[in-house]
Amino acid sequence: MNRVRAFITANRSWLPWAVGGAFLAFAAILPLLAIEIPGVFPGASYTPGTLQLLALCLLFASLALSYHLLFGTVGLLSFGHALYFAVGAYGLGIILENTELELLPAVGLALAAAIVAASLIGAVSLRVTGISFAMVTLAFAQAGNVIVRRNPAITGGEEGIRLDIEHVPDFLVGVLNTRNLYWLTLVLLVIVYLAVLWFEKSRGGRVAAATRENELRVRVIGLRPIVIKLAAFVLASALAALVGMAYLLLQSGATPRATSADFTLTLLVIVVLGGVGSRWGAIVGGVVYTLLDQRLTSLAGSDAIAGLPDILRIPLSEPLFILGTLFILVVLFLPGGIAGIARSAVTGRGSLRKDRDELEEVS
Amino acid sequence: MSTVVLLLITGLGLGALYFLIASGLSLIYGLMGVLNFAHGSFLTLGAFAGFELARRLDGASWGTFFLTVILGALVGAAVAALTELLLIRRLYNRHIEQVLVTVGLALASVALFEGIWGTDPIYVSAPEWFSQTTEILGARIPNDRFILIAAAVIVLLGIVFFLRYTRFGLVIRAGVENRSMVTALGIDVRKAFTVVFAIGGAAAGLGGVLASHYFGYVSPHLGGSLLIFAFIVTVIGGLGSLAGAAIASVIVAVLQQFANFYLGGTGDLVVVLLLAGVLLVRPSGLLGRKA
Repeated sequence: MNRVRAFITANRSWLPWAVGGAFLAFAAILPLLAIEIPGVFPGASYTPGTLQLLALCLLFASLALSYHLLFGTVGLLSFGHALYFAVGAYGLGIILENTELELLPAVGLALAAAIVAASLIGAVSLRVTGISFAMVTLAFAQAGNVIVRRNPAITGGEEGIRLDIEHVPDFLVGVLNTRNLYWLTLVLLVIVYLAVLWFEKSRGGRVAAATRENELRVRVIGLRPIVIKLAAFVLASALAALVGMAYLLLQSGATPRATSADFTLTLLVIVVLGGVGSRWGAIVGGVVYTLLDQRLTSLAGSDAIAGLPDILRIPLSEPLFILGTLFILVVLFLPGGIAGIARSAVTGRGSLRKDRDELEEVS
Repeated sequence: MSTVVLLLITGLGLGALYFLIASGLSLIYGLMGVLNFAHGSFLTLGAFAGFELARRLDGASWGTFFLTVILGALVGAAVAALTELLLIRRLYNRHIEQVLVTVGLALASVALFEGIWGTDPIYVSAPEWFSQTTEILGARIPNDRFILIAAAVIVLLGIVFFLRYTRFGLVIRAGVENRSMVTALGIDVRKAFTVVFAIGGAAAGLGGVLASHYFGYVSPHLGGSLLIFAFIVTVIGGLGSLAGAAIASVIVAVLQQFANFYLGGTGDLVVVLLLAGVLLVRPSGLLGRKA
């Protein structure tokens, strides 16, 4: 074990990339293999059902990464991130249905709409900080939810919007082409990852991280954190909109649930489960959450649960109850999330956060 | 004229409902810096407790109604105090984590309510008088609005009295001003935290029972949908300001009613626009202190 640790410490710089690359290569050839994991996948890994589930996992991972950019990197607790996901999904759906544009120009137009919306709303919301920011973003997202539900002629109302496939290329349509959609979501995940990485390593990203820790200091130095925050807000929203468009293609539609506050809370749960501040934690959190959600839902309908007495049956048949409780336990007892557990397993120490808390107590 | 009066009084009734939630949110935030996402669940639980009691007794009598109101407030207070003791207390001064815990609690509790009472709205029975109307200046006002307004006024006066004339109130007011100073003087602020949570929970539970009469039903999502407007109210009024919450509740609800009637059901959007406008002019809210 100690030798493993020494190896990991010595090869800190390239090891994550090697592991990440290996996972990526594995994920890329997965549709060509026949891997069965009973209880996790509904079938072998090349079947459309499994690929659909995996693609959904990857989408949630991408969306969680974009939320990580806001919450983990810049420290903005937004409760309205789902709005931009919805602008992507609904925007693309509406454009495809009402215009003669091909898929790519339509994607560009929907993306532009998301960027404009994010710039305007971000500029207003960022006038307040902290908890107020959370509430204001929530209010705007709620307004989006109301607009979607009140205009059934355009958005399909409670029924949701359906994908109009007339201008979508054939290789992205139909159950048999789920494989292509899966690869599309994988490419999207890589794009989102690289975009987030680029932002974090750029000068702006460092200013953003500094702002998260101490905004006053950053301003005293003479920098304007509001510009960086807005840039991060718009970038995260644009990425979320792209994920929303891929979601529309994958699910052949979108429902008003995508615009709801609950959906943003789901993202928050994912990022915290994965470990706040960790890029791959967000990815793992997204995958684990989606699998858990799917499995718990089918568990809830199973005979084993139906036979239990009421006091056990009712809580266990509600996936959100289990996930919510799990979330509370993670926040209380594992502040580092999955990434924190992995880190302490590798380094043999408690998580960074715990160290920081101890430092604060000492000082 | 009669339409305006009707909208105005209905707006006041809805505003009273918002205030019952927002007062607790605002007090809790002012003293502890905690944004309580689970506040809507306190309200929903109060409403369900009232419904269960009314179902067992005679739902149409006034005695039952008062009993359900008291039970709703007690249940709300008990659950809120438990939440504070078991979950929030462990995370003092870690505001983001506190928000996260209440978010988890909100998700889990709504799912639990769905499991117990189902997702469909359940209609509640009320005394005969509730479904009748009273005529004021030619407008026929549903009577439940008056109950709501009276309840909100009583709660507002009660909280103000409590804050002004009791020892705990003194500690809470001092704690809102400067918590470390109060602690340094040797006063245990933590007890005040539990008390504030219990008061907020009681107001929310009471609001839950009244909301079930206002809307005519209870559902697991009753609290969540009201909570968002309560958030807007607290931001517009100024976080931590009780008077601000009261004024903003009335403004928001009346505006919402008028926009819904005259601008074709755009009440919710107008409220969000109002929020954006207030933030552009006064980021700290109407009566909020400068951050």
